[in-house]
Amino acid sequence: MAGMTFDHGSGYSAADKAAFKKQLNKVYGWYTGGFIIFIIVLAIAEQMGLGRAAIGLIFLLATVALYAGIGVMSRTNDASEYYVAGRRVPAIYNGMATGADWMSGASFVGMAGTLYLTGYSGLAFIMGWTGGYCLVALFLAPYLRKFGQFTIPDFLGARYDGNLVRMLGILAAILCSFTYVVAQIYAVGLITTRLSGLSFDIGVFVGLGGILVCSFLGGMRAVTWTQVAQYIILIIAYLLPVVWLSVKQTGVPIPQAVYGFQLEKVTAQEKKLIDDPKEKEVIAIFKKQADDLGAKLKDPKAALAADREAAQKKVDDLKAGNSPVAEVQAAEKSLAALPKDEEAAKKAWTAAKTAAEGRAKPLAGMPRHAAQYAGDPKGDAAAQKAFDTSRRNFLALVFCLMVGTAALPHILMRYYTTPSVREARESVTWSLFFIFLLYFTAPALAVLVKYEVFSVLVGTPFDKLPGWISQWSRVDPGLLSVVDINKDGIFQLGEMKIGGDIIVLATPEIGGLPYVISGMVAAGGLAAALSTADGLLLTIANALSHDLYYKMIDPNAPTARRVMISKMLLLVVAVLAAMVAAQKPADILFLVSAAFSFAAAAFFPVLTLGIFWKRANKWGAALGMALGLGITFYYMATTQPWLRGVFGVTSSVADNTWWGISPISAGLFGVPLGFVAIIVVSLLTPAPKPEVQELVEHVRYPNLKAA
Amino acid sequence: MQVSENHQRYWQKNLRITGILLFIWFVVTYVVGYYARDLNFTFFGWPFSFWMGAQGALIIYCVIIWYYARYMGKLDQEHGVAEEE
Repeated sequence: MAGMTFDHGSGYSAADKAAFKKQLNKVYGWYTGGFIIFIIVLAIAEQMGLGRAAIGLIFLLATVALYAGIGVMSRTNDASEYYVAGRRVPAIYNGMATGADWMSGASFVGMAGTLYLTGYSGLAFIMGWTGGYCLVALFLAPYLRKFGQFTIPDFLGARYDGNLVRMLGILAAILCSFTYVVAQIYAVGLITTRLSGLSFDIGVFVGLGGILVCSFLGGMRAVTWTQVAQYIILIIAYLLPVVWLSVKQTGVPIPQAVYGFQLEKVTAQEKKLIDDPKEKEVIAIFKKQADDLGAKLKDPKAALAADREAAQKKVDDLKAGNSPVAEVQAAEKSLAALPKDEEAAKKAWTAAKTAAEGRAKPLAGMPRHAAQYAGDPKGDAAAQKAFDTSRRNFLALVFCLMVGTAALPHILMRYYTTPSVREARESVTWSLFFIFLLYFTAPALAVLVKYEVFSVLVGTPFDKLPGWISQWSRVDPGLLSVVDINKDGIFQLGEMKIGGDIIVLATPEIGGLPYVISGMVAAGGLAAALSTADGLLLTIANALSHDLYYKMIDPNAPTARRVMISKMLLLVVAVLAAMVAAQKPADILFLVSAAFSFAAAAFFPVLTLGIFWKRANKWGAALGMALGLGITFYYMATTQPWLRGVFGVTSSVADNTWWGISPISAGLFGVPLGFVAIIVVSLLTPAPKPEVQELVEHVRYPNLKAA
Repeated sequence: MQVSENHQRYWQKNLRITGILLFIWFVVTYVVGYYARDLNFTFFGWPFSFWMGAQGALIIYCVIIWYYARYMGKLDQEHGVAEEE
């Protein structure tokens, strides 16, 4: 990467811009070539006997060092460079950076798995996380760029005249971004652990080092150029194994074009599997397990005593019969493993019963892949209700994800960095294009893997299963476990328990690619998580240093001190997030999805009305944000199991649920309420000052001059 | 400053194209989503509504944004509100 520099003079003409873009093309062209050569060299080294652990470690160190290197080269103390990368990021590069910023570790690693497990329902994420960009393009990006400050609370403060709404903006931005960044750092920890064999805590802090060197030294400028580099790695890492798998199955290297036919075959196979007597046998065994546990749960005390007695008797019998030591030890172990008391027994058995019930279903509990929604609109009342609720939840989730996408501060902030309004508009097109490349591949990958499982694995004798199965079940039995339930020696679909995250990570091995590609995929996941974490940390630190400190506490602070404070805060927030992530908080996935509902309810109404309705004023905005966030939070707190526990809610979930909407889509209520509150309250209170109305005119026209 | 008639026309045209594109976005997402079970005919192997959710809608979103950027770029020029390079 020698000779790579992002220095350029302050004034920039069209010629400068063209020269800068040309230079970027050259740098990233060489970079991409270098990355491919790196992969090839490692592949050759693997053939010559380089071990797996070494490959993983090389990937980890090389990529983190690369990102840190870009950070060092882009270091800056200038406010405009630090906050908005000097506003000269060309549309296409801002698009790539936004793509990397946007696609989190979960999108990269988990999305295809979600689609594999849920079929059509999973498409809500695909549509929601892309369609939201239409709202960004039509309602927000060009206007925010024309406004041309540094952060989203900045816009709220200027448009709604004062610190009340700015403060609410700061709080909401931190709420959404912090939960999200914890999840990213968690993902970083998981992937570094897998790549290098380091422990989870150390993994978290190694990843954190990579994030910090970059954003700490160079702010938005360093983050932007690193994100471009990360995008290139993650997209190559995602596409290559899928293309390979497609060639293996269909002979066509464009999986997105041909997986429809694979889906037809999967659907036909599903019909066969549902009626297969062997599969039914497995289901019956699980059903019996669940029933037995149900019987035990009726009187846990007696059942536990009986279990203990039986286990004790077995130990005694074995000892009396002079059985081998190993057998006695095994019996003693199973005696010791019994639940300690009635409470523990209840808990363990209920969990086991739920698990068994989940597996006592056709197709291992997965819906038919191409079936739109559960239930049946032409069936009996229960089936109709299931269909309606499932469809309503699908559409509600799409809505929340879309509006949330168009309201997440770390994404909107990126559109401040383009040189002009025109380029901001073009940049949204590029953003969505680069995101599209990954998102329209994920459903293809899900179908290809399903085809592989249904047609290659099912019916194979256990001793002839491919190597990747035993390898992955050794890595983490939670991700993949295969047990011969009905003891016929043949693999049935119902006998495999699979976690969503494995789909992407195991694809190279399923396709029979060398280990170096697996390493590359993990490095891609790491790039996705790191780039998102970078953007989020910057958002939080900027909200605190720029909006809270500079705009509200000390407006006379010199630039150098503002940037310094921002860097310090970045460090503090990052360490805090890493500490939370190291606790491995439960329900992390729920928190991430909740961030979308929160962002949607807090920011979308107030931002769009601020641009499109001059009459919207400070009181309306403040109340709209508070009520929108409030009702979203209330709905989640009363219907989501984990939050109910935190807040000690005891009334039944069914009583608190409105129209059967699940808690993840709580923004469905917050967004309209926010709009209504802003409109009603604004009309009841005086119109905003003339200066504010002029600001609205100002943002509506790229260049407002007397005609 | 005072907004001229020219500016108002620019803004009206902007609102109109925004509305039209938003309508297309709505149909592609929610109308197709609502009638997903009925739009089940086979489309190159996929059930049509599955294909729409996995690819069709995404392509249309891209086109919507691309068209908006192009249209507004021209509109800026026509109404003399484009930025000076």
